[in-house]
Amino acid sequence: MSTASASTLPRPSDQLAPGQLQKMLYDMILIRRFEEKTMQAYMQQKIGGFCHIYIGQEAVAVGSISALDQADPQKDPVVGGYRDHGFALAKGMHPNYCMAEMFGKVTGCAKGKGGSMHMFDKDRGMYGGHAIVGGQCPLGAGIAFGIQYEEKDGVVLCYLGDGALNQGAFFESMDLAAIWNLPVIFVLENNGWSMGTHIARGTAMAHDLKAKAEAFGMRYAECDGLDVLATFDCFAREVAATRNAKNPQWHRGDWDKLAYHRDGNANGPCFINVKTVRYQGHSMSDPQKYRKETGEVENAKSRDPIQGLVRHLIERGLATQEDITALDEKAKAMAAEAVAFAEASPDMPASEMFTDVYADVYGPYIAGGLPGIVTNKNSGQ
Amino acid sequence: MSERKIQYREAIREAMQEEMRLDARIFLMGEEVGEYNGSYKVSEGMLEEFGPRRIIDSPIAETGFAGLGIGAAMYGLKPIIEFMSWSFCLVAADQILNNAPKMRYMSGGQFGCPIVFRGNNGAGGQLGSTHSWSMESMFSSVPGLKLAVPSTPRDAKGLLKAGLKGQDPFFSLESERMLGMGARGRKDFSRYLHDGDLWAPPENDADFTIPLGLADIKKAGKDCTIVTAGRPVHFALEAAEALEKDGIDIEVVDVRTWRPLDIETIVKSVQKTGACVVVDQSWPFASVGSEVVAQIHERCFDDLDGPVLRVHNDDIAAPYNRNREQDMLPNARKITEAVKAALYRA
Repeated sequence: MSTASASTLPRPSDQLAPGQLQKMLYDMILIRRFEEKTMQAYMQQKIGGFCHIYIGQEAVAVGSISALDQADPQKDPVVGGYRDHGFALAKGMHPNYCMAEMFGKVTGCAKGKGGSMHMFDKDRGMYGGHAIVGGQCPLGAGIAFGIQYEEKDGVVLCYLGDGALNQGAFFESMDLAAIWNLPVIFVLENNGWSMGTHIARGTAMAHDLKAKAEAFGMRYAECDGLDVLATFDCFAREVAATRNAKNPQWHRGDWDKLAYHRDGNANGPCFINVKTVRYQGHSMSDPQKYRKETGEVENAKSRDPIQGLVRHLIERGLATQEDITALDEKAKAMAAEAVAFAEASPDMPASEMFTDVYADVYGPYIAGGLPGIVTNKNSGQ
Repeated sequence: MSERKIQYREAIREAMQEEMRLDARIFLMGEEVGEYNGSYKVSEGMLEEFGPRRIIDSPIAETGFAGLGIGAAMYGLKPIIEFMSWSFCLVAADQILNNAPKMRYMSGGQFGCPIVFRGNNGAGGQLGSTHSWSMESMFSSVPGLKLAVPSTPRDAKGLLKAGLKGQDPFFSLESERMLGMGARGRKDFSRYLHDGDLWAPPENDADFTIPLGLADIKKAGKDCTIVTAGRPVHFALEAAEALEKDGIDIEVVDVRTWRPLDIETIVKSVQKTGACVVVDQSWPFASVGSEVVAQIHERCFDDLDGPVLRVHNDDIAAPYNRNREQDMLPNARKITEAVKAALYRA
């Protein structure tokens, strides 16, 4: 589906109540204010490791997740790569748990065992950030398989960056999703940069990514990821078209009647190319020297996703400047509170090092400890 | 003594069938498991019983379907992912080593990963080295997974059922060379396994399981302990017959699971015999065998009359030539020599 034909269709976002629009604005501002605090804390060396900032891409997470079931967050799961703070917060993870995780605190979503790239929140249907590029794609297909197997009506959003487009895991997952018609949407957060390598240098057919979906007979859509309402419109349509996708192979003997169409199944999986812009470097350690001449960030800032929705709300009288200021103050306070919470929380204790390895007892030896190996477990700490 | 005839492959199938009848969340996915009835006939008849929703033919895409299984396990299902051969799992290494065993830890305990990966392991069929992997040494090093190498139909069934009832990633490394063992009943097994039907699972006992991390003494003896698992158990029992003629009485400890490892049973045996040979069908360097040797030296230094010796695959790619491939594997001749050397009777 091209943006041109989409523009002639009724826009699902026209149905959004002012309160829902303000919630979307707040969610985007929260991500931005949160990430500003994240960068600050990283500079102060309170956050370690690799840390990938979501600023610029807020409309992708918020526009897509706003199109999922809002009543039951576990119904429509999301899973993604390592630039995961944005979709974790948009899915409803409390900023405190997200920030505390980055601080390595036991109050973090994964008790300080995962860090920036590994945000999990089972209650909110957040199946994790996964840090090996493309490694989340089979998981997304698998969660969708689980939904289909249990005959539930959920839809999975599986986020990937354009760097993951060239990984085998992505292609294998597209194939499985297509042959079994799984209720999954592969969400390409296309910021054009695979770390420091431009998409045109790393991805064949980068100018026409519909080819990636066509190759598997999967529905394709694209949208402007700097425009949260356009993103929402796209996802509202495609989520509806993906929901309740049925496996055609469950009826033995029907496999020889399967037909694939280049444009994909009207009720099946989808590949959505969301064109976005990463304002910051690949990670906190990236000075972006390769990028100085392009002007892409300056151009994007003139179409900033948050300012775009602010203008939309003000122009239509759906919010006042005072409302906007209040939302921003609330987001700033939440972000500041997240940092204070993380600061005040206890470190991941040594006693947590050996939990969550197995469901029952710690291995690898069934009994007797490790007399010849000095570990934190038996060194008396 | 039962006259039962049950092949190793049938025991694996029984385990899957019994658990699938009990638990609707279990499904079997892999290459040729359904319409083809299993490339090695392990899953024969299962499509007919359980239908295509639960017995799922996958394309040749190990990363895809292994990872799909992990996602399904996170969602709450209990997948059995069959690798036609464990040799083919290396293309899925990121999924089975990064995602499955670490999921519980990295999510702070929120998402478990109750999944079973199983398939053929080990060389011996003149397949050339790429198809001849023994994975136990590489994989046992990874925290978060459990790994079994069953040596008999009884163990294959009992361990797989325990793995399917568990909540952690379970890797079952089965032996292609042993799939047909048991077709002629106990005739297929060493006389040491005949008494008490050590080779066959009990009949009509759906509750039968073997706890993971519990070694089994396949033959008691007093002179030297052999620690091993999987197909080499049978080489050790073959060696035991030869050594018996020389008046040497060995004890064969089948660890059954390398991770978790029942080090207590090994230690007790070595304390009794004072000598030990570890036999492991993977390469020697940084192997499960070398790990066991290190453990025995840490725990039994004063009990040993000499150093613990090892028998492994020779440190080369598996050659295609039939005789040289057999030479490369652990075998009764090598084990016999090692025992004699350990007892200073070479």
